[in-house]
Amino acid sequence: MLGFIARRLVIAIPTIVLISIFVFALQKLLPGDPVLAMAGEERDPAVLELLREKYRLNDPIPHQYLAWIGGVLQGDLGFSLRTQQPVLDLVAEKLPVTIQLAVMAMIIAVLIGIPAGILSAVRKGSWIDWLANLFALSGLSVPNFWLGIMLILLVSVKLGWLPASGYRPLSEDPLLSLQTMIMPAFVLGTALAATLMRHTRSAMLGVLRADYIRTARAKGLRGRTVILKHALRNALVPIVTISALLFGELLAGAVLTEQIFTIPGFGKMIVDAVFNRDYAVVQGVVLCTAVAFIGMNLLADVAYRWLNPRMRDQG
Amino acid sequence: MTDATLAAPAAPRSPSRAWAKLRANPVALLGAALVLFFVAVAALAPVLPVPDPTATDWGAVRKAPSAAHLFGTDEIGRDVLSRMIWGAQASLLAGVVSVGIAVAIGVPLGIAAGYWGGWTDAAISRVTEALLAVPFLILAIALAAFLGPSLTNAMIAIGLSAMPIFIRLARGQTMSVMTEDYVEGARAIGLGHGAIIGRYVLPNIFPPILVQATLTIATAIIAEASLSFLGLGQQPPSPSWGSMLNVAKNFLEQAPWMALWPGIAIFLVVLGFNLLGDGLRDALDPREL
Amino acid sequence: MTDLKRISLALALAASASFAHAADLRIGLQEDPDVLDPDQSRTFVGRIVYESLCDKLVDITPDLEIIPQLATGWSWSDDGKTLTMQLREGVTFHDGTPFDAEAVKANIARSQTMDESRRKSEVKSITGVEVTGPHEVKISLANPDATLLAQFSDRAGMMVSPTAAAAAGADFGLNPVCSGPYKFVERVQQDRIVLEKFAGHWNAGEYAFDRVIFLPIPDTTVRLANLRAGDLDMLERLAATDLASAKADASLKVEQIVGLGYQGITINVANGDRSKNPLGQDARIRQALSLSIDRAALNQVVFEGAFAPGNQPFPPSSPWYDTRFPVPDRDVAKAKALLAEAGHDRLAIEVQVANNPVQMQVMQVIQSMAAEAGFDITLAAKEFATLLNEQTAGNYQASQIGWSGRTDPDGNIHQFQTCQGGINDSKYCNPEVDRLLNEARTSNDPAVRKESYDGARAILANDMPIIYLYHQSWIWALSNKIDGFVPYPDGMIRLAGVSMK
Repeated sequence: MLGFIARRLVIAIPTIVLISIFVFALQKLLPGDPVLAMAGEERDPAVLELLREKYRLNDPIPHQYLAWIGGVLQGDLGFSLRTQQPVLDLVAEKLPVTIQLAVMAMIIAVLIGIPAGILSAVRKGSWIDWLANLFALSGLSVPNFWLGIMLILLVSVKLGWLPASGYRPLSEDPLLSLQTMIMPAFVLGTALAATLMRHTRSAMLGVLRADYIRTARAKGLRGRTVILKHALRNALVPIVTISALLFGELLAGAVLTEQIFTIPGFGKMIVDAVFNRDYAVVQGVVLCTAVAFIGMNLLADVAYRWLNPRMRDQG
Repeated sequence: MTDATLAAPAAPRSPSRAWAKLRANPVALLGAALVLFFVAVAALAPVLPVPDPTATDWGAVRKAPSAAHLFGTDEIGRDVLSRMIWGAQASLLAGVVSVGIAVAIGVPLGIAAGYWGGWTDAAISRVTEALLAVPFLILAIALAAFLGPSLTNAMIAIGLSAMPIFIRLARGQTMSVMTEDYVEGARAIGLGHGAIIGRYVLPNIFPPILVQATLTIATAIIAEASLSFLGLGQQPPSPSWGSMLNVAKNFLEQAPWMALWPGIAIFLVVLGFNLLGDGLRDALDPREL
Repeated sequence: MTDLKRISLALALAASASFAHAADLRIGLQEDPDVLDPDQSRTFVGRIVYESLCDKLVDITPDLEIIPQLATGWSWSDDGKTLTMQLREGVTFHDGTPFDAEAVKANIARSQTMDESRRKSEVKSITGVEVTGPHEVKISLANPDATLLAQFSDRAGMMVSPTAAAAAGADFGLNPVCSGPYKFVERVQQDRIVLEKFAGHWNAGEYAFDRVIFLPIPDTTVRLANLRAGDLDMLERLAATDLASAKADASLKVEQIVGLGYQGITINVANGDRSKNPLGQDARIRQALSLSIDRAALNQVVFEGAFAPGNQPFPPSSPWYDTRFPVPDRDVAKAKALLAEAGHDRLAIEVQVANNPVQMQVMQVIQSMAAEAGFDITLAAKEFATLLNEQTAGNYQASQIGWSGRTDPDGNIHQFQTCQGGINDSKYCNPEVDRLLNEARTSNDPAVRKESYDGARAILANDMPIIYLYHQSWIWALSNKIDGFVPYPDGMIRLAGVSMK
């Protein structure tokens, strides 16, 4: 097992290096001079030139990359051109927000997706299965941002039940924090529930056909016991794996949802930074989310092998 | 992103049986009907009796649905129904073209990685993993911002962002085909690379690619809408559903119909592709889950 | 009582407690401000925060008269090259540093010499600051500068604590220390900026709130929804199209005033090769384009009539507006005639525009209007960052862009239409216009200045390197519990005398 993890970590290194080059190159190719972009109405050419020098934007691009990656290796992700805050501080500031949203969305997804998947597998071919499938595909088909807008219109503007946007840290005001996060978490959660439901269904179907389940049934074990004790436990392997992957995507994937509900997490920060040409922020945040994503992937693989005894002994 | 890669490759069902299975699946047929409906609407846009989608009318700004304008009018007095119909072209094109780009680049790379293995595989796989680690929409936003806001550039950005999943799928399928006895036999009798790929690999990887492509079109349509929603897709005065939503969000209270129709249309067409893709998977997957 | 009921009651109580913090004022902003250092700041929205955070040497009235703030009085020497200012006594910065003549000297030096300073051009005319008493400074100028007091009423006149500035250097913005009625507490990027009352402020009695919290919420609909839900107490830049529904809401009130800025179409007349086309080379075509636009209808369709149609850098309500050139009515026949005179039946032009829905809407309306006069306009939508880049580089034919406006008229025209102007992206150059605008800059006599501006207008109305379209109105929506808010044409939020019922 340790050997497996070590091998995966070694493979991850070139991937991360590639991502860093890729993210960096993309930034340099973006049209729009970052110094000019942040100048707004104050475009004094002499000052702009001075700032370009200061941020080393006139250096050859490979030099800029080496300077940046050198800093990253020492834990320095650079400074936001726009607000001069260290990128590392920004990441630390947004991380709890994004994690809270991801966890809440995941809870909603698990609560809806897994029972629906089990039900639909057990009642395969019935109208329940059919309905659950249609519901899941509908969840996948609604544009998140549209659902978000409609929810704001209905729940906040028309009914006045929940705040339309904004964010409070959990530590400061737990209730308000949950209130402001529940709508975006719901929007994200329903889409994830759909994916989760479908994977749960197919995993359960696979297990239910397996010999040992047939044996258990033949022994006269009651339906519910079989499903919950035997089938679900085995079906959990792929479900846990896919959940870890989905969680990894959530860490950075909530771009539009965060935008609409003005939640100050990673997604919103990246989009704002792309539009403001705040290079250091885009590079730093994308690098962090990519590393997090790779980490979740690794975790999913480890969980898969750990939960699946047949694979545990293999290299 | 919907992921068909979990399905292990196996010998495909014969086309006629797959077709019969598809026809017997009412849900898949509903999906096909939805897709066909929107394709027809998009294709017939020039001949349908609707007003010019860019014709403005200062006297009819943000008017609610009525007999004159069945879907109402937008922020500068254009007919929303007409813009919906013409917008179908942009959305469908965005879905199909971007997936076309992803398939055209991704599948050959995936086959190359799976067929030759070794360093080719290692290089392609690392790049794929790197691309996959950057979230789809963020990659698309960055690319679209780099290329400049337009529908064409949005399609390129979405296509490139969707490419890794096809590389992965094609690679996995190719690798499993390569272990089959008949391929080893073909190699033994000295058949060339091109012939092996053409005769054995392509037909075997086609069904899962088709399924994934159908499902990815659904994702791509939403991605185009998302980019347009951020102002990076189709540019006015030409309509697309996403850019209509981008404008509509400023008039939610005064003119909710401006946001309602494009949202419903995106939902229906994406649902159509998802149902169809799902049905195709059931029909082509011999494991009969 | 069932558990469920108990829980829901507890939730309801907690909810009401978390919203009711009567001494807080929560203000919704359209954007997240940039760095919070008056010398480095670049955004309009940042200035709204400074208005509570940093006092300035002087302030303005809603009629744009200069009035005392940290300077209690001032006088000009006869040659207009020396400004003597008396400073308020007993003022301290948030960190306890006393405010005095030395502090003023250090602040002006910071604006002039700090590498990152964006204020250099605003205080360029200053050659020296002499401390003539503990609370008196004598500011010497290279030449008379009519704009200086107006600069001192904005960021160039904001006094930061010299102690804190020296300690923090360019990082001052992470923890700004000024002498305004509220002091900095914390900032969470893209989320909020929190200020709390500074008890030691010289005018503390006028400020009713314990804390002021600025919340950037870019989406106008969401911002308004927050105000309605009671999560905000006021917001700036209500969308004109939301005006009617906000006015109809009994729990809200709306304040508005025509701003100092303008929106227009800047034409590339001499900025590189892309100016070499009929639109850039022939003033008649620019006049035709201007005449093809129905500015009143544009204002009605896009802004429900809430803004002010315009044709000059100053709104028609401004004392600097030249009434000899009123906002023109649409005249398609004349536009066509001018176009024909220039040798064109139809003319294709490309206008670049920022890809936000409102500016796109403006340009689509103009596109449709101009088509009737013979212009086939292609819209090139660009992100704002790219748009600015192209405009500076001269890679554009025409560009829809605006200016947030300055208190002094010079700020709306000099840098755009003088040959060496810092943001003259059309590269329009006319020595006579230069002479007139320089003259207006160096006289302290409003009558002389008005004459110079009128002289320049007569030339510019013909040459038309910028086709002015309209002047934005600042619109604030407030909870009707808020009393005493006064709208200013600079779009700022001044909290003196503002209270909550």
